Amino acid sequence: MEKILEVKDLHIHFNAFAGHVKAIRGVNFHLNKGETLAIVGESGSGKSVTTKAVTRILPENAVIDNGEIIYKGQDLLKMSEKEFTNIRGSEISLIFQDPLSALDPVMKIGKQIMETLILKQKMPKKDAEKRALELMKAVGIPNAEKRFHEYPFQFSGGMRQRIVIAIALACNPELLICDEPTTALDVTIQSQILELIKKIQKENNLSVIFITHDLGVVANMADRVYVMYAGKIVEEGTVEDIFYDPRHPYTWSLLASMPNLDTRGSDKLMVIPGTPPNMLYPPKGDAFAARNRYAMKIDFEREPPMFKVSDTHYAATWLLHPDAPKVEMPEHLKQRIKQQLEEAGRYNG
Amino acid sequence: MDNRTRILEVKHLCKYFYQGKVPMKAVDDVNFHVFKGETFGLVGESGCGKTTTGRTIIRLYKPTSGEVWFNGNRIDGKLNKEQSRAVTSKMQMIFQDPVASLNPRMTVEEIISEGAKINGIFQSKEELKANVRKMLELVGLTSEHATRYPHEFSGGQRQRICIARALITKPDLIIADEPISALDVSIQAQVLNLLNDLRKELGLTVLFIAHDLSVVKYFSERVAVMNRGRIVEMADSDLLYKNPVHPYTKSLLSAIPIPNPLLEKKRVRFEYDPSSHHYDENDVPQMMEVEPGHFVLMSQKEYQAYLGDNK
Repeated sequence: MEKILEVKDLHIHFNAFAGHVKAIRGVNFHLNKGETLAIVGESGSGKSVTTKAVTRILPENAVIDNGEIIYKGQDLLKMSEKEFTNIRGSEISLIFQDPLSALDPVMKIGKQIMETLILKQKMPKKDAEKRALELMKAVGIPNAEKRFHEYPFQFSGGMRQRIVIAIALACNPELLICDEPTTALDVTIQSQILELIKKIQKENNLSVIFITHDLGVVANMADRVYVMYAGKIVEEGTVEDIFYDPRHPYTWSLLASMPNLDTRGSDKLMVIPGTPPNMLYPPKGDAFAARNRYAMKIDFEREPPMFKVSDTHYAATWLLHPDAPKVEMPEHLKQRIKQQLEEAGRYNG
Repeated sequence: MDNRTRILEVKHLCKYFYQGKVPMKAVDDVNFHVFKGETFGLVGESGCGKTTTGRTIIRLYKPTSGEVWFNGNRIDGKLNKEQSRAVTSKMQMIFQDPVASLNPRMTVEEIISEGAKINGIFQSKEELKANVRKMLELVGLTSEHATRYPHEFSGGQRQRICIARALITKPDLIIADEPISALDVSIQAQVLNLLNDLRKELGLTVLFIAHDLSVVKYFSERVAVMNRGRIVEMADSDLLYKNPVHPYTKSLLSAIPIPNPLLEKKRVRFEYDPSSHHYDENDVPQMMEVEPGHFVLMSQKEYQAYLGDNK
């Protein structure tokens, strides 16, 4: 399969008052053409920073220490800002979490969509207006002609996010990065926006990177999943690998820690004790070790490499080392996965 | 089965906000009761009025009309000092955002003891201090934390401080307004477990307000679903999830993403269109009991149709 984007050994730190915050500590991933990739992790795990690096919109105190970001054979990090301007917004587009702060409050909606077209594609004003209206209709805004002349505050949250999507799609990008696009929205609106993104992806053969912490959304959207923790990727695999055969203890806890509709009130939730590490002083060894009940001595001394589980499935935990004691996922999670597979079987068959 | 004491009773509660002449009906004729010792969940989308309901009950808003009864006394409207003290110490609230709800210039000890001090719950300073320590330990912090300021804590720990503050007055009822939605995923489970343990240990009654249906289902015995200021369906949580009747509840349930890829990728969403009801003046929707303990907002016509379908 053709790789449209490949990130190799990316290291990023932030210069803060207290020292260097090591936000990204060696991230590797790739994105195939036409697929949807999900990056999951809690806040502070570095998922947003990674995508900001791809679009080169990191804040000024961020320093890229090492790494390559290869997009269609070119290293984005070696490009001049002028060259990259032709790619950002036209070939690689972004959708942010909060649609209100992504839009200019004092500019009419239509003009905001046209702006991209005029700036990036040098479209004449008349054509841009026509295309902007088409885009508004394509993302499902009723009464587009009238709403073209309205301001962002006159739109609801879901409608605003549709506008942001219209702007992102204006120049027919090949790669769409969605950074928690539905976190600020209600569940019913969320499902509409997810459907919309899926539809657009199919129509335009887009490649999508989807960042979220909601595993339900991941299950809905993703073909492949990367799980991030403390600036590193700890597990990667197809969506089935991650949900039905997780190997990293962090992935286990993520999957088991939230109640689903089958969890009874008497069941205790599996808890990840403690808090994420302070990235000013990243711990030695495996960053998850201190919160990991299966941690071994080596976890506190040496960082685990990515162990291969199958051709599509890798996980960074010493538990997969041939010499490690055999540890299985918690019984509670095993039950849950079994039940989910049965349910899916019933639903599909 | 309903001879349990009703600790909270809300009757025809309305709260309108005026912006110009047309009222914004944030809460419109809401009726429900909460039994002693149970957890009652209130779910709905943002803007459906669930937070306003909670805030009106605890007297942060003055209701437009309707009654709120707590521990056998009517508590809406004007109360004298004594009565109002009895309400504020026996009813406590936990807010969504633990950063905004803690005073950054007070130490944890001051924050937690404030409510108890004002209500004069403890006789001496030593007793108060001892109780603050006890509360800190109860919520999984240590007594060393007492002299620190809120900014020194993480989100989950701050929410624990909020819980300790709510518990020190020994309340009968806790109103938890989205207590975990501002927290990180790995921390949410910690706080949920803590609330669940405390509820069992102290026999608390909780009014749990949230938008996340799976969390509400896990946490509550009975659930009410709100839409546009009204309760549209109310039932035992198992019953509601097994047999949702109101189209809004169905749409809400179908919209929750389930972390099960093989299932989730094939699910069909159900959309709710409020105009599909065709209500008219002669057929005003009311709460109907479709099965024991399961109430749905429907008109006579819809009720007959439902009965016809389920014979």
